[in-house]
Amino acid sequence: MVKVWWLKLMIKIKINGKDLEVKPKTSIIEVADQVGIDIPRFCYHKKLSVAANCRMCLVEVKNFAKPLPACATQVMEGMEIFTKSKFTKDTQKSVMEFLLINHPLDCPICDQGGECDLQDTAVAYGASKTRYTEEKRVVFDKNIGPLISTDLTRCIQCTRCVRFLKEVGGMAELGLVGRGEHAEISAYVDKSVESELSGNIIDLCPVGALTSKPFRYSARSWELVRRNTVSCHDSLGSNIEVHVKDNIIKRVIPKENESINECWISDRDRFSYQGLYHKDRINNPLKKVKNQWKEIDWEEAYELIKNKINTINTKKPNQLGILCSPQTTIEEGFLLKKISKQLNTTHIDHRLLEKSFSKNNNWLGCKIEEIESHDSILVVGSNLKNDQPLLAHRFRRFAMKNNSFSIITSYDDFNSTPCLGKIIVNPSTYLNYLLEILKEVQSVTKYKINSESIKNALKQIKVSKETKKISESLTRDKSKNAIFIGHQVLAQIEGDNIKIIAMHIAKAIGATFGVIPGYANSVGLSELNLSLDEVNTDEVINQKKESFIMINFDPYFDYHSPKKITKALKSAKFNIAISPFVSDSLKEFDIVLPMTPPTETSGTYMNMEKRLQSFAAVTPPHGKSRPGWKILRVLANFLELEDFSYDSSDEIKVEAIEEINKNYSHNIKDFENSKKNKIPQGLELISPIRAIDSDMIVRRASALHQNENIDQAFAYINPKTMLKENLIDDQKIKVSSEEAEITIKIKSDEKVSLNSILIFGKQLATASLGMNHKLKIKRSS
Amino acid sequence: MLTKKTIQKIDKELKKFPDDQKQSAIIAALQIIQTENGFLTNDLIAMAADYLDMPKIAAMEVATFYNMFELKPAGKYKISICTNISCALRDADDIVCHLKKKLKIDFNEVTKDKKFSLKESECMGACGGAPLMTVNNQKMYEYLTPQKVDQILEELDS
Ligand code: SF4
Ligand code: FES
Repeated sequence: MVKVWWLKLMIKIKINGKDLEVKPKTSIIEVADQVGIDIPRFCYHKKLSVAANCRMCLVEVKNFAKPLPACATQVMEGMEIFTKSKFTKDTQKSVMEFLLINHPLDCPICDQGGECDLQDTAVAYGASKTRYTEEKRVVFDKNIGPLISTDLTRCIQCTRCVRFLKEVGGMAELGLVGRGEHAEISAYVDKSVESELSGNIIDLCPVGALTSKPFRYSARSWELVRRNTVSCHDSLGSNIEVHVKDNIIKRVIPKENESINECWISDRDRFSYQGLYHKDRINNPLKKVKNQWKEIDWEEAYELIKNKINTINTKKPNQLGILCSPQTTIEEGFLLKKISKQLNTTHIDHRLLEKSFSKNNNWLGCKIEEIESHDSILVVGSNLKNDQPLLAHRFRRFAMKNNSFSIITSYDDFNSTPCLGKIIVNPSTYLNYLLEILKEVQSVTKYKINSESIKNALKQIKVSKETKKISESLTRDKSKNAIFIGHQVLAQIEGDNIKIIAMHIAKAIGATFGVIPGYANSVGLSELNLSLDEVNTDEVINQKKESFIMINFDPYFDYHSPKKITKALKSAKFNIAISPFVSDSLKEFDIVLPMTPPTETSGTYMNMEKRLQSFAAVTPPHGKSRPGWKILRVLANFLELEDFSYDSSDEIKVEAIEEINKNYSHNIKDFENSKKNKIPQGLELISPIRAIDSDMIVRRASALHQNENIDQAFAYINPKTMLKENLIDDQKIKVSSEEAEITIKIKSDEKVSLNSILIFGKQLATASLGMNHKLKIKRSS
Repeated sequence: MLTKKTIQKIDKELKKFPDDQKQSAIIAALQIIQTENGFLTNDLIAMAADYLDMPKIAAMEVATFYNMFELKPAGKYKISICTNISCALRDADDIVCHLKKKLKIDFNEVTKDKKFSLKESECMGACGGAPLMTVNNQKMYEYLTPQKVDQILEELDS
């Protein structure tokens, strides 16, 4: 006897004569899936609600005159189910015939051909020829955006796509309009689907009605080699399957991992591969000759670097600055750290957007899967949907179930997430709200605070109604709660203070505390302890250097102050970029070494829950580019540094992990009363980063950026602020930060906090402003 | 724009449902708007959706599902005739042909004088009286024959 669930209350059923003990309230199809009995289905999906509209899963059940839908029928004591009986088979055949009546059977020209549920099921369960000779219906295709192409005549109305966008995406963007024979999938009047998870409906669609637009007609599924790897964008570390033909990545789909990405991936993970083949990609090392890039070979490049680096007086410390992106692998990070030591520099860092640098607790603080086991959650300062689209889904699911999700942030992107408390305010005031919560929580729990500065700060605090509500949900009896702060908080000058107060609140109520890190290896590199406690990116930039090495990022976009970094690069004598791409942003560099992106190298990332995930290259290096770890190893050899004789990235990984396991302890700063950071006049600039702008690769992914004009960005301002500042919609204004002045068009947006201007960061038209400053407005007509 | 009167009527319907289930009133709201305007436009559907805090496409689904809702101007008398199984077995097809010929229009069309429009409808749950049709969603005519249809049309026309 096979036991499916071992619980006290079990019921006995029979499938195909086999006795089973199963948990009540499960459906027949779930039981069948658990014991590996195949029941064909189209509309049922384990992560979506049950619609029971395709009827493919009909099975015979004893004592029922009609076949029952296995996806919508719960098991009952004594139920006898037959999935292979003649009756079931006949039913399946009939349903299949119905489903194919209006299906065009255009498999030879359909991208889904070869991996199509309808095709497979028809072969396995359908009849071998058709009796239908009448006319078939035709549905006109709709344009639902640059990512998904539609062939709606093929649709079988299973509504998986509709349910996904509503239940997982959070917004009903597609619907089934019309009725009966006229029913068709449609977005509301020519709208495109905007969900940042939209690509998943391509996988969900059991037929070829929704297929990937960028992939369209470029390969047949059986020509593709499938290789597993880990996504290199956000810090979730989604598991992905990369499909390769002729050494070129043709598409990316999710690889199921219940504890990380479940069976989804974000559109950024799915479509970013296009960026890998952008025209900026370089094949050979480049040397600057009279302001032009000239291709040279590796030998010459290394010699050149060696000669230049050898002129640096390494007796004097910190003559060399090393900055790398938070997407650098652990192996590369480890080599960089080792190189920096031998070249007598401690000026190395990966925190490019941060303005607060405390090094403790910079990870999620719990497992990703544990998030939803909390009773109540508070998130501070996060632009979740853009930063971590799939994590946003987990939080949303939590919020729907518990009604105890609260958020303090500056952009209200939480329309579809029911929030208990929602405070939309400027980042500079987050601290105040947290102090209010701390005060309230302290009065309930009698938590003792020793720090004088916090005590002083708390004295002036008055608790508002909104924070009271949040505090109440956090202090409920016997509840297990969590407080997460977004990495955007650390991009504020007050970030460390905010973190300290949030940690105090967490301690007072025994809650989980975590930071939602930004990038694929943010956690890995901080665990590797790349830089000393006193060192940070801003210092690396601000102190004059002989030379800079910058790895895998674009100084103009990826560092929060383009002006400062450009100045630093200008004042150095010799700058080395190690990067897959070359563009104008690298004009202050003297040499560029072509590094492979993560898809062409082996390496390891540590995700937000401190899970190490290693991956191998999915395609060979493009041109003569080389994996980062190889570049660094050979460079070290040329520079005659000691102990760099690694043959594989695995050898480096072993040592890197030893380094991680050293468990560095960090000096924990005390709360500083912040009156001294005088706030300059003006509106606050909020610079969230859109998912599709977050790094060098996705910024170059064409489909994700289709439909947009790169020269134009908008300033989003709350209508109330506009009224106060005398601004009108679509007006062009000049805004200036400490860094630059630009002209920009205004759009009114109620989701933005008051007294602020929201301009998305890392965009070509606006990057020069820098991030998270104060802005001054100068009116032009 | 939704008129004040329309909104008052919708508000009255809304009282029947809990505050967080506003979208339950969508059918009523669309009906009210249609009575006011004669038919529903995309904009009106969108306004109804916004007013009830629901996705526009969901309101669209409802408006396109029920054939009581008109998405373009209908005739003064809208004839909906059932073509489902029970009526079909009782020769609804002949009635449809007769109607089409007589009115010189196809399904979903309006006569030149804007008096009549024809719609195909699903089962109205009165199969005992098949074949049958309704006029303006309200009045039902049963046991139809071509002669009876002529008579009805004449009555309406006069
Ligand atoms: S488009 Fe695909 S997923 Fe959507 S209803 Fe049709 S068959 Fe199902
Ligand atoms: S899978 Fe059960 S009805 Fe579609």
